[in-house]
Amino acid sequence: MELVVLLILIFPLTGFLINGIFGRWTKPLAGVVASAAIVSSFIMALAVASGYNSLPFDHIYYSWISSAGFSVPFGLRIDSLSLTMLLVVTGVSSLVHIYSIGYMHNDEGYSRYFAFLNLFVLSMIILILADNYLLMFVGWEGVGFCSYILIGHWYKNPAPPKAGIKAFVVNRIGDAGFIIGLLFIFTHFGSLNYTAIFNNTSTLSVSLATVITLFLFVGAVGKSAQFPLYVWLPDAMEGPTPVSALIHAATMVTAGVYMVARSHILYSMSPISSEVVASIGALTAFFAATMALTHTDLKRVLAYSTVSQLGYMFIGVGVGAYWAGIFHLMTHAFFKGLLFLAAGSVMHAMDGLLDMRKMGGLIKKMPHTAVVFIIGALAISGIPPLSGFFSKDTILAEALKLNHPIIWFVGVVTAFMTAFYMFRLIFLTFFGKSRVPDEYHPHESPAVMVTPMWILAALSIAGGLVGLETAHGIPMKNFLSSTLGFPPAAVVETNDNLLMIISVLMGIGGIFLAWLMYIAKPSLPAKLANSVKVLYSGCKNLWWVDQIYNFLFVKPLWWVSHNFLWKVVDVKLIDASVDDVGFLSAFTGKTFRLLQNGFINSYVTWASLGVVVMLGWVIYSGGIR
Amino acid sequence: MSISNFPYLSLLLFFPLIGAILLAFIPKKDTLIIKLFTLVWIVIEFLISIPLYFYFNSGTYNMQFVENYSWIKSLNIHFFLGIDGISLFLVLLTTFLMIPAQWSTWEAIDKKVKEFNIALLLLETGMLGVFLALDGFLFYVFWEFELIPMYLLIGIWGGKFRVYATMKFFLYTFAGSVLMLAALMALYFIHGHFTGIYTFNLVELAKTPLPFKWQFWLFLAFFLAFAIKVPIWPFHTWLPWAHVEAPTAGSVLLAGVLLKMGTYGFLRFNLPMFPDMSRLFVPVIVIVGLIGVYYGAWVAMVQPDMKKLVAYSSVSHLGYSMLGMFALNRIGMEGSILQMINHGISTGALFLIVGVIYERMHTRLIGRYSGLAAIMPAYAVMAGIFVFSSIGLPGMNGFIGEILILVGVFKKNIWYGMLLAPAAIFSATYMLVMFRRVFFHKPKPELVELSKQGKLKDLSLREFSYFIPLVLLVFWIGLYPNAFLSKMHTSVNHLISQVHREAPAENISMLTGGKR
Amino acid sequence: MIGSTEYIILLLILLAIGTIGVIIRRNFIIILMSLEIMLNAASGLFVVGSGITGNMSGQLFFLFAAAVAAAETAVGLAIAIVIYRKKGSVETDKFESLRR
Repeated sequence: MELVVLLILIFPLTGFLINGIFGRWTKPLAGVVASAAIVSSFIMALAVASGYNSLPFDHIYYSWISSAGFSVPFGLRIDSLSLTMLLVVTGVSSLVHIYSIGYMHNDEGYSRYFAFLNLFVLSMIILILADNYLLMFVGWEGVGFCSYILIGHWYKNPAPPKAGIKAFVVNRIGDAGFIIGLLFIFTHFGSLNYTAIFNNTSTLSVSLATVITLFLFVGAVGKSAQFPLYVWLPDAMEGPTPVSALIHAATMVTAGVYMVARSHILYSMSPISSEVVASIGALTAFFAATMALTHTDLKRVLAYSTVSQLGYMFIGVGVGAYWAGIFHLMTHAFFKGLLFLAAGSVMHAMDGLLDMRKMGGLIKKMPHTAVVFIIGALAISGIPPLSGFFSKDTILAEALKLNHPIIWFVGVVTAFMTAFYMFRLIFLTFFGKSRVPDEYHPHESPAVMVTPMWILAALSIAGGLVGLETAHGIPMKNFLSSTLGFPPAAVVETNDNLLMIISVLMGIGGIFLAWLMYIAKPSLPAKLANSVKVLYSGCKNLWWVDQIYNFLFVKPLWWVSHNFLWKVVDVKLIDASVDDVGFLSAFTGKTFRLLQNGFINSYVTWASLGVVVMLGWVIYSGGIR
Repeated sequence: MSISNFPYLSLLLFFPLIGAILLAFIPKKDTLIIKLFTLVWIVIEFLISIPLYFYFNSGTYNMQFVENYSWIKSLNIHFFLGIDGISLFLVLLTTFLMIPAQWSTWEAIDKKVKEFNIALLLLETGMLGVFLALDGFLFYVFWEFELIPMYLLIGIWGGKFRVYATMKFFLYTFAGSVLMLAALMALYFIHGHFTGIYTFNLVELAKTPLPFKWQFWLFLAFFLAFAIKVPIWPFHTWLPWAHVEAPTAGSVLLAGVLLKMGTYGFLRFNLPMFPDMSRLFVPVIVIVGLIGVYYGAWVAMVQPDMKKLVAYSSVSHLGYSMLGMFALNRIGMEGSILQMINHGISTGALFLIVGVIYERMHTRLIGRYSGLAAIMPAYAVMAGIFVFSSIGLPGMNGFIGEILILVGVFKKNIWYGMLLAPAAIFSATYMLVMFRRVFFHKPKPELVELSKQGKLKDLSLREFSYFIPLVLLVFWIGLYPNAFLSKMHTSVNHLISQVHREAPAENISMLTGGKR
Repeated sequence: MIGSTEYIILLLILLAIGTIGVIIRRNFIIILMSLEIMLNAASGLFVVGSGITGNMSGQLFFLFAAAVAAAETAVGLAIAIVIYRKKGSVETDKFESLRR
């Protein structure tokens, strides 16, 4: 078992080393090597899953850091939570790797791309399987690093490296919070090991639990692109599309949700933190959805949609239904991964064009892509019996049951907007008259890309079934609850069927509105935009958040550092005063040098004066005794 | 074991000096032989130093490999060498860093090659002497001795403003050393007066704390001397000048080893000898340390010159080290020592990185470059590794030091820790912005032109080979820091217990105004 | 009657004259002469002191000093001649090559 678990890590590491070091020579094979590594990893994960018998597995491989009570081992932990994540991550990664073989072919950084994609999977697995917070942080930073590299993959263009830095730095802001939370944990518990912490929570006061969980949540906000640190995710779309699918939709950005679920014992101790998590989630879900409404960039709409869906997950873990959050994480990985891959397929067909105003009618040119895209969109809109319906509905129902009616309401409205913008996207891209410029020749993608999409489509359809009520309860819930505990009993009586109908109606309503505006009456959007100008330009300009951050933080910091700290404090104050000390001694020397004028007479004069002064002093002080 | 009877540390200490003397007999014209001889000599020196690690007994805090000969009898000055868990790694770091430093200059230095290599060897003896000496007077001798070759390195083989820079470097450091000499004399007499033992023996001096009044002044004098060397904000302004003007080898050794003398001085003098004052002084160090960490990062962010950027990042990184040290607990202290080593490796390597491109283009201005990743991919990878090691990415060396320091500081005081944690944001910013501007985007047309002419080649085998050991160390410390930490535990523990000694009764009466 | 006080006063006046001569005159020869006056004044004081205390070593010392003074004057004059040959003058303000 120890070895098998370790192998899950070793395969991607080997792939990374092979492609990273010998990439120059193995270039044609890089994709195959990398995919083989991840698929092997996935098979190992399946082996672990089949051997899993509801007893957590925890093994320490070696002592990593140890210093005066601060000892952090390299230990891996398998329980139902990490196992779920592991299967999702390695599974989706395998598909994305295979897809990338087709998508990235002929790219000059082919082997570099696959090397870092493998390293990313390795970091993600460390993040998931770590049995202590510091090791989780290693994965946490590691995925951030790979994300930085992969966003900047096309480094010859100006935008991708900048987006990479933005992603890394904004993540670091969150990481600072995460680290502080971790330090609080260590100072209180004297350990960072999950078991050691969660078994000793009786010594933890509620206020300290609140402090810890809030700081940890800052990390989650950064990594999972929640308000106010979501700004890096839309820019991250500068990276290759499979990267967006894997890192910025299916896996890395969900790390925050995973972390909150992992620390569920701490979060459930603090009502304030849970409330904050759920509220930030709801706020982000709504806010990001408004930004997705008017965007015309295919990938960015999906990016804002991801931010919005992550908000749902945080609603789930915030209200106490941790398993629902993880459930949505899983289904989201399927359908959002699918949507991104399909968007990539469109991009592939359109030579990198992303503006959906220049598309339309693509369903005839690329039927497979269009169909899987629609499947994904139906899933995200919460249309039964697709996977998104089960997970989203569970989260919203739990929110209402656990007495968060406002959050429930926001969630429902957001569900409506989600359906609207997804189908707006579909109608603009795949239906209606073709607006494709003449120089583009859209075509269906090769099988190596289409097959992974269809597998994901199948998962998006059927993946929700594990959330279906059976005679023994909900299988997904039962499985996860061995780690996460059962959610608290409902506080508010609700009619489940009514809730379900409301959600479905919201989804259908959104789709209908999109159909009305973009197929039936294409003049409507412009009219609507004119009638609510402020709202429209707000949505259109993403509420000017980037500009505000620039104005408030980035520019002043730069200005102060350059014009004040460097030019004034460093050069004019500190360094100049040091130089002044030097000049002072030089000046003194120069002044006294004037005495040395070379005339014997003046030397004698000074000498005699000296004698006179000394004699005077002797006489004044009473002569020589 | 026979190693204990053999004057091993003397051999280590004087081996480079012998090399320098032998080098004097090689004709000036045979530059290749001179370079090769020096390199081989330095490598042998490194090999000599390796057994120290294996024979080092981590179970005791006592000085090991001790050699003690009477030197100046009338003043009780001894030639006293020895290492403990604190100096062990600094010695190894010195002997190790000499190799890439010398190797990097094979093509860069074309005038006065013989003198250059002699200066390097003399410098090595000087640096090792500082870390090995356990007699205050001997320490001072080496402390000053090491300045001279460094002065020559910057002043002769430096850049455009080398004279200004070298004067600044020398006088600034010298001002500190003079204070240290005065304090050392005062320490000798005061300690003798109170205990009846007139000695410069550092171990002996650390055994009995002085009355508080004297601790106060002596601490301040030593503090200034070491603060300039570290350098702690606001005594840092010599550093950017010296780094920018120094040749690559000089920068590497300056950042990698010379700055560590300052932090090492704190560990050898201030903390064990003036424990009461050290504890009292914590808030001051924390404030200047925090200012240094942030200030260094912010000023680094806007530097147009790569070397200056790295120089200011040193101010930031050593601010971390000072904070960890003055957390006055084991975790912080071990983090601090590890941070010194890490800084030596990462920043030394970054200077080598800058040196590589400077050799080709003769400019360090960031604005003159772009898109180097396309022209020099292997170079970009190396630069990336050290940039991220400096940022403190987990799995690499920088992270271990920083996390230990953070934990230590946080344990000392929650607020200090919370103020320090966000600094990581800015260290990422300045490094990555530099990295992007130099390596990403489209290469400038003139760079493409040079590359076509074959003047802008990727790393040569020689350059590649001196980066590899550094890369291995980066990951070794990052993945298995215990190899280093385990040797420190006992010594650090002892040091911490010394710092936390309660002041003797008479000292308390001094504090409250009573006279002795 | 003339006692030791008057001798001392006379000798001090001589010393002052010599000193002022050294300070204000520019001619090297005159300076040497003034120097000689000073030396004699100082040596005279030894003789006076010897007279007061009855100790003969003061007078003995004068003999030594006179001998040394003669030698010194000889050397000084030699220097003056060398300088005159080189510079064509013995004015001290011309001797400024050390200043540069």
